[in-house]
Amino acid sequence: MKHTRRTFAKTLSAVGLAVGTLSLSSLAHAADTIKVGILHSLSGTMAISETVLKDVALMTIDEINAKGGVMGKKLEPVVVDPASNWPLFAEKAKQLISQDKVAVMFGCWTSVSRKSVLPVVEELNGLLFYPVQYEGEELSKNVFYTGAAPNQQAIPAVEYLMSKEGGGAKRFVLLGTDYVYPRTTNKILRAFLKSKGVKDTDIDEKYTPFGHSDYQTIVADIKKFSAGGKTAVISTINGDSNVPFYKELGNQGLKATDVPVVAFSVGEEELRGVDTKPLVGHLAAWNYFMSLKNPTNDAFKKEWAAYAKAKNLPGADKPLTNDPMEATYIGIHMWKQAVEKAKSTETDKVIAAMAGQTFPAPGGFTSTMDMKNHHLHKPVFIGEVKADGQFNVVWKTPVPVKAKPWSPYIEGNDKKKDEPEKK
Amino acid sequence: MHLRALTVVLVTWLLAANAHALTAEQVRAMAIGENDARAAAIGLVAASGDDKAPAFFQALLDDAVKTAGDKVFVVRDGKALDAASGAVVMLPDNAEDVVNSNRMRREIEGALASLKLLSTDANQRAAAIKELHDGVDESKLPLIEKAYAIESDAKLKSELGLLRAGVLISSADKTKRLEAAKSLADSHEPATKTLLLDRLKPDAETEPEVRAQLELSVSAIQSRLAWGERLGVVFTGASLGSILLLVALGLAITYGLMGVINMAHGELMMIGAYATYVVQNIFKAHLPGLFDYYIVAAIPAAFLASALVGAAMERSVIRFLYGRPLETLLATWGISLVLMQGVRSIFGAQNVQVENPRWLSGGVQAMSNLTLPFNRIAIIVFAVLVLASLAFMVARTRLGLFVRGVTQNRPMAACMGVNTAKVDTYAFALGSGIAGLAGCALSQVGNVGPDLGQGYIVDSFMVVVLGGVGQLAGTVYAALGLGILNKLLEGWTGAVLAKIMVLVFIVVFIQKRPQGLFAMKGRSAEA
Repeated sequence: MKHTRRTFAKTLSAVGLAVGTLSLSSLAHAADTIKVGILHSLSGTMAISETVLKDVALMTIDEINAKGGVMGKKLEPVVVDPASNWPLFAEKAKQLISQDKVAVMFGCWTSVSRKSVLPVVEELNGLLFYPVQYEGEELSKNVFYTGAAPNQQAIPAVEYLMSKEGGGAKRFVLLGTDYVYPRTTNKILRAFLKSKGVKDTDIDEKYTPFGHSDYQTIVADIKKFSAGGKTAVISTINGDSNVPFYKELGNQGLKATDVPVVAFSVGEEELRGVDTKPLVGHLAAWNYFMSLKNPTNDAFKKEWAAYAKAKNLPGADKPLTNDPMEATYIGIHMWKQAVEKAKSTETDKVIAAMAGQTFPAPGGFTSTMDMKNHHLHKPVFIGEVKADGQFNVVWKTPVPVKAKPWSPYIEGNDKKKDEPEKK
Repeated sequence: MHLRALTVVLVTWLLAANAHALTAEQVRAMAIGENDARAAAIGLVAASGDDKAPAFFQALLDDAVKTAGDKVFVVRDGKALDAASGAVVMLPDNAEDVVNSNRMRREIEGALASLKLLSTDANQRAAAIKELHDGVDESKLPLIEKAYAIESDAKLKSELGLLRAGVLISSADKTKRLEAAKSLADSHEPATKTLLLDRLKPDAETEPEVRAQLELSVSAIQSRLAWGERLGVVFTGASLGSILLLVALGLAITYGLMGVINMAHGELMMIGAYATYVVQNIFKAHLPGLFDYYIVAAIPAAFLASALVGAAMERSVIRFLYGRPLETLLATWGISLVLMQGVRSIFGAQNVQVENPRWLSGGVQAMSNLTLPFNRIAIIVFAVLVLASLAFMVARTRLGLFVRGVTQNRPMAACMGVNTAKVDTYAFALGSGIAGLAGCALSQVGNVGPDLGQGYIVDSFMVVVLGGVGQLAGTVYAALGLGILNKLLEGWTGAVLAKIMVLVFIVVFIQKRPQGLFAMKGRSAEA
């Protein structure tokens, strides 16, 4: 007990000192706040997805502060903009940990940005909460993954497409942005499809650069490929390229009843900029949809709508919530609970206290942090786009699914341990 | 098996043929329960040819059907009707939407189309046949047979014949299968090819005679579809080419004719796109009735906005740097950063949403497997118009004459009394304005954000350098050539590799022919 208090005091005085050197007047103020870093792109190609995550994080922090903060201390957000520039993510993370002395960071969307931050948090023993669905194949002691692993999103979605309900797809176009998340996910999916008896000739893998905007050839190719049998498209396109892709789909008249597109990175927010009428029936797989009906979600949506209006955020006239926002919300609350359990913001103690944390999530289930593998147990939903840009849930898992960060469909993963390596 | 299923359907059809109103049980079966059962119920109702069925199917497709307990309602214009009786009723508070997945929508669309086959309106019948092209199952055969028997239009009749063959191809009778395989060779539809390929799977068709015919039919359809594919590549190439042409035309003047390495060219496009965005917002707020025509006002606005910024750039910075390419490069790059940050401060760092007017959404189906989107067609036409007016301006007007004169021999032009400084400003503003037009066009196909120009600056320099500095014709050939080459390679190797290969090609080409496709003497060529 005594030890805890002393180290905690040490951390605090370190925070105080760091701030004190910058400005003496804020010394008294800094002593009773806990700094929290927010590391999301507010400009560049990923801004379309990440800006709201910054806003929802600020909302959650406001909410916690309004209820008295954490251990009697207010949370103080430190927002930085890594501008969709992957090396800049590492730089900004370093700045947050070493200069601003934040207790924890909430941030990143693309896997390449997370991979860029990873060595920094590991070296400086920081803490990162990563709120987005990703490809797995990673388990760091310093990261908590509140988004889905492949078995909580990609695999169930493909199983659904192959089922009678989902249209009984026999051929698959794996279409993605050219970086680590789509490449790895597609590697897993290819192995999975093979295990289901789909031949290599019935799989077409395609990649486009970040920010690609001319999807004519791709859509024409999908059309051509679909003439060879019932086809579905599995899209891991990230960021604002989705807008021209869906525009082109609509303009070329490729309907969901013929060739359904299931996306893993397209939610309510990404569809805001698109005329959704031609897209009705295309799918998305997530662990949360805004259209879910339950009291926790109603409260979450109401809180967000009120916050967006009060802060006059862009798009406040039509407030939208989505899966990574929910994951951010869960992550911050779980971190708060863990800090209170550990009675410290020290990284190692918080990590130990995170195991087994539960939180009533807006998804309608109680989310549980796994005892070992730093991932959440999450329900899986598959939704179809409606004409108003919302999703109809057409399939869901009965209970939350445990994450498998090491996909069994990648060779050699059976030997890997389901918990981070101890250092 | 098939025959028995057929008889069942036929009998239910005959039995139900007299019913002319949906019963409460039928409605309930179609709206409530598991999808399998609902699909079966929908199939039965469709086969009965009920008068009321199309309206109910349409309501299902429009997501206008709600249920509460075992009651089914259709909600239209805020009024709730009992789905079976049609009486106006109060909608209970606990009413829930009927959720239709893709599969259900496919079933309902098919059912609706099969009912429309018997419509008296030939257009409706044609639409129904088109709808049914992608999936007819046996349950629809009786209706198709009936429609085939009474169809008077020869073209529609032959298409109905194809539909019928599509069902008979999996008939139990070998001669029927053979006949169907033969007649399907006349199809233009990719869906038919899918169907035949399905039949060609080892366990699907065992008769060698039918298999041989199937293969013949597949290759006949394939050769027909191949034309659509080839034309598709040409069209997408032309479309990309027209975009490249638009983004490069402005640069062809500022860099090509005037020799200014303008790194802010992309940002001038971005300003054009933002001008379009502003005009769109003004129309949305003040003239919502004319929203579909905002683009007409946006074109001159984009031109003027970029031209003014360009003129200001020329007057304040560039005119002091003529003949010093390196300084110009750095200065214009600095200006590009300033412009981007300026836009970020005014409009925010996020992309803004520019909506297509309704007449630019969708496309025209040129062939069964080739759809030409309207926005692409519009951009091609727009590029041609801009090119034509620019060519006219340079070749036929006084300003064009001065520009050519000044770029070819500045001292001589000055001696002849041409105000070269003024001509420079006008020419630079013209090039900038055309960049603005390109931005306006880009807003219709891609994202509009502060970084918009960054993605095109390399492309536009590539086109001008490849085409040959100082020549409009070179720019046109280079833009179209690069567009089609890029699309050919993309179809072959994917988007990422295609881009690399095009770059490598240009590097090699410039090594062999530094002056580009067409060379002309000008200030930059002399330097």
